Amino acid sequence: MVTMTSAPFEYEKPESVAEASRLLSKYGGNGKLLAGGHSLVPLMKLRLASPDALIDLSGINDLKGIKSTANGLSIGSMTTYHELESSSDVQSGAPLLADAASQVADTQVRNFGTIGGAVSHSDPASDLPPVVLALDATMVTGSQRSGREIPADRFFKDFLTTALRPNEVLVRIDIPKLPANTGTAYVKMANKASHYALVGVAAVITLGAGGVCERARVALTGAGPHAVRARRAERILEGKVLAGNVIRNASKRVGAELDGMFNEDVHASAEYREAMTQVYAERAITAAVANAG
Amino acid sequence: MTTAKLGEAVRRIEDDRLITGRGKYVDDVKLAGMLHLALVRSPHAHATIKNIDVSAAAAVPGVETVFTGADLQEQMGSLPAGWVLEDMVAPDHPPIAFEKVRVVGDAVAAVVADSAAAAADAAQLVDVTYDVLPAVVDAEKATQSGAPQLHEDAKNNVAFNWDVHGGDYSEAAKSAEVVVKQRIINQRLIPNPMETRGVVADYDIGSDHLTVYSSTQIPHLMRLLFSLVTGHPEHKLRVIAPDVGGGFGCKLYLYAEEIIAGIIAKNLGRPIKWTEGRQENYVATTHGRDHIADVEICGNKDGTITGLKAHIYANLGAYLSTFAPGIPTVLFGLMLSGQYKIPNISCDVTGVFTNTTPVDAYRGAGRPEATYLVERMVDRFAQEIGRDPVVVRRKNFLAPFKNGKEVATGVNYDSGNYRGVLNKALEIFDVKEFRDQQRAARREGKLLGVGFSTYIEICGMAPSAVAAALGAGAGLWESSTVRVHPTGKVTVLTGTSPHGQGHETSFAQIVSSTLGVPMEDVDVLHGDTDRQQFGTGTFGSRSLAVGGQALMMSLRKVMDKATKIAAHELDADPKMVQFADGVFRLEDIPEKELPFGDVALAAHSAVNLPPRMEPGLEETSFFDPENFTWPFGAHICVVEIDEATGETKVAKYVAVDDIGNVINPMIVDGMVHGGIAQGIGQALQEGAVYDDDGQLLTGSMLDYAVPTAEDVPSFITDRTVTPTKVNELGAKGAGEAGTIASSPAVINAVVDALKHLGVNHIDMPLRSESVWRTIQDAKEAQRAKRSAARKGS
Repeated sequence: MVTMTSAPFEYEKPESVAEASRLLSKYGGNGKLLAGGHSLVPLMKLRLASPDALIDLSGINDLKGIKSTANGLSIGSMTTYHELESSSDVQSGAPLLADAASQVADTQVRNFGTIGGAVSHSDPASDLPPVVLALDATMVTGSQRSGREIPADRFFKDFLTTALRPNEVLVRIDIPKLPANTGTAYVKMANKASHYALVGVAAVITLGAGGVCERARVALTGAGPHAVRARRAERILEGKVLAGNVIRNASKRVGAELDGMFNEDVHASAEYREAMTQVYAERAITAAVANAG
Repeated sequence: MTTAKLGEAVRRIEDDRLITGRGKYVDDVKLAGMLHLALVRSPHAHATIKNIDVSAAAAVPGVETVFTGADLQEQMGSLPAGWVLEDMVAPDHPPIAFEKVRVVGDAVAAVVADSAAAAADAAQLVDVTYDVLPAVVDAEKATQSGAPQLHEDAKNNVAFNWDVHGGDYSEAAKSAEVVVKQRIINQRLIPNPMETRGVVADYDIGSDHLTVYSSTQIPHLMRLLFSLVTGHPEHKLRVIAPDVGGGFGCKLYLYAEEIIAGIIAKNLGRPIKWTEGRQENYVATTHGRDHIADVEICGNKDGTITGLKAHIYANLGAYLSTFAPGIPTVLFGLMLSGQYKIPNISCDVTGVFTNTTPVDAYRGAGRPEATYLVERMVDRFAQEIGRDPVVVRRKNFLAPFKNGKEVATGVNYDSGNYRGVLNKALEIFDVKEFRDQQRAARREGKLLGVGFSTYIEICGMAPSAVAAALGAGAGLWESSTVRVHPTGKVTVLTGTSPHGQGHETSFAQIVSSTLGVPMEDVDVLHGDTDRQQFGTGTFGSRSLAVGGQALMMSLRKVMDKATKIAAHELDADPKMVQFADGVFRLEDIPEKELPFGDVALAAHSAVNLPPRMEPGLEETSFFDPENFTWPFGAHICVVEIDEATGETKVAKYVAVDDIGNVINPMIVDGMVHGGIAQGIGQALQEGAVYDDDGQLLTGSMLDYAVPTAEDVPSFITDRTVTPTKVNELGAKGAGEAGTIASSPAVINAVVDALKHLGVNHIDMPLRSESVWRTIQDAKEAQRAKRSAARKGS
């Protein structure tokens, strides 16, 4: 039952996205992309995952690097959490992403784990999915033939499931430039053991004249089967001056998209996750408003 | 060339190799021809084994052979309970289950292959057919009629009933003004040493010598038990505990894997290695605590406590581990007087089998459970009568004593000054200032609380005759050898077996300060039964108090002989010889001097020794203490609670301990820090959780929250010194104090933060949800009360 060694597997190290895609096709559903491995390898050691092949993406230059453009940031999918948190381009262009990356696990994980690996895994309690949702990011993919651009809010489909096709590789994440007077925040209640989010809320708030909320993006992780945009809460915030009671009312609707299906496990009941979603949403939105000011 | 003094914060000698990856642990042992062992473990908590098909596993390339329990049972025997209570039921515990499994993780087959990976691959292919039986994981439920029965000979799953009574509790309760009752859960913990267990067994068929490397705290006891169980002769059995990466008590036993690896090595004539995985460790290595306690405390409104009564369901797990029966009984029940004069104490303990991993000692072992119960109930009592918990403690403290004090449980404390240690803590921590902060914070919606824990512990295991009378199956004395080499260098052999405690440093300090030799000229060797003739090992904060004294006795003998040799060389009466800074001198002719090293050489050259003196300079001593030692202290904890979420943080922690004389204050501080962190871990976040089918839901570090640096504040530590007379070092033992004291300090602080809401108890661990729920429920109760009052008026 309990082992420390994985089942045997092949190891592939492609040098291009097309080659990685070809290898995915070759192994059918039994090839797994290795993009940091901090979720995958532990599962393999427990033999909860036993892929025929690991396709290591670390040799593909197209997946690396952070570029700052006139439109925003373009972040290679193999960018590590550590690179995100320490990049001055990310700190100034998307401070939400730098901050959330700094809250992931521990130093060792942040040195290996990547943004592409995190969002493609779609772990329900992962920190970066709500961040790319709140930042209106675009997921740019590649395959043997051509690539696609998938808006973040159509990317996360279900528990450990994304819109990526079986032979598709996430190439980069494009993050549009934030409008002026925009504040952001990510707050989470961390599981004491794993540091995954019991609940985590990302908020991006743009204020207009007279302090009216022009644009609100709120996204939630940890509470349901996958990260979700809190559109109903966003609608309550937009067009209003964000007094405490408005934020509180909106926070009560964060999680409405889950239709009452909050996660429940040994660490927290569904009832508690629901209550904490509201508390943390209020804190995230309040902090984002303060940052926008 | 530096000599060290007692009481000096010498840096740990062993750390250089341990933190630069040069330590040698069991998994670093690689022998020619070595095979690897993987164990097939039961996924069910309770089941009958119908069939085991090993054919697919045996066909895996690299697999040497696959054994089932039936194949090896006659050679392996049954794992023993080394602590025997009166009328105790000790059922068979086969190292490999062969008829029935009783816990998830019971070994059912052993796969041997030429690599660890091949063994793991093949283990997956062993096909076991089970007939699954209902399971029970809760100790109280296991005793009820209709509960699944684990062992035929243990009716209602009860292994033993144990009790201790002093005075007359029921009379005390009858005449008391106040009786407070409380159910208290002390949850199950997983010890989590940094190094999991591991075994390498190496058999030499020509000499019939079997060598077992094991990550153990007790090489000699393990050898003795291994020999008794398997029949392998003790003098042809060598147990080596190389560097051991922590234990916290969970490496204090004879384990199934040691026998399995040893017996397979004998069968195959090749070395066998087994290395435990972390998840495997969570099910196959002992757990700690797990008490359900129903407690009563009684006394008067002036704060006098007159009695304490407790009934405990102690969860023992599926089998009796080596010391298991002694932990929730002797090391728990006899401690229930704490630092207080409580004339009437009554304690009954029911030890219960359940379909869970066996429970045995975990850092503190019985004493944290006792301290938690006593300190929680003292606070509960103070709250009930509306008095300050510090005032109630002071009112009931035993007055300072130096020459022993017997308490109602029948034990005799060695020395104590409980007021003194609390006063020192209160000099460091200003309670009045804190109360002002607490009130101010509450007005801003922030919850602060302070908790006190004034604890006592029992260390220096142990006077052998007393321990034997209480059920211990082995003498608990300690041994030492001091071997002075011709060049004046010194080798120390100790029967203690450190696994993180720093004996190589603190024992060398004792040698250096006594013989005047530099620290680097002393080598402390431990953990090899072929080197040290016998020893009991390291546990129960005993190494310095018992092993250190054994060392002192050998050093005295060495000095005695060296002084005679020096006197002979200097042509003087030994009474005229003085010794200081490593040099022998004559009182009246100070220029005539002889360094210690010259005496060592003289002892070995044997050219000019006193008449009839044997050559050489080596002495061995055995020390059996006349009493335990009884460290004590006062800890103060401040918590901050986020009222909206229940998240609880330890904001400040003051620990004042009295462990007698201190050899190395840096090492003691380190032990206190680690201990407090573990106690805070129990209070706030640790806890093994099983579902009703006996599956461990907290089966890995992703779900079991071991505390880290971010979970604890910077500790403020200090000490008072009340030496013991039990050993000439005056040292009492420091390894467990932090763990024993801290859990109740944290919980008392949380209750203090919430008592304005009417909260008077909350069970560990304080996961944020349980604190949040407690706050919600308390507020709801207050609302209901107010509404009822309105309706009434």
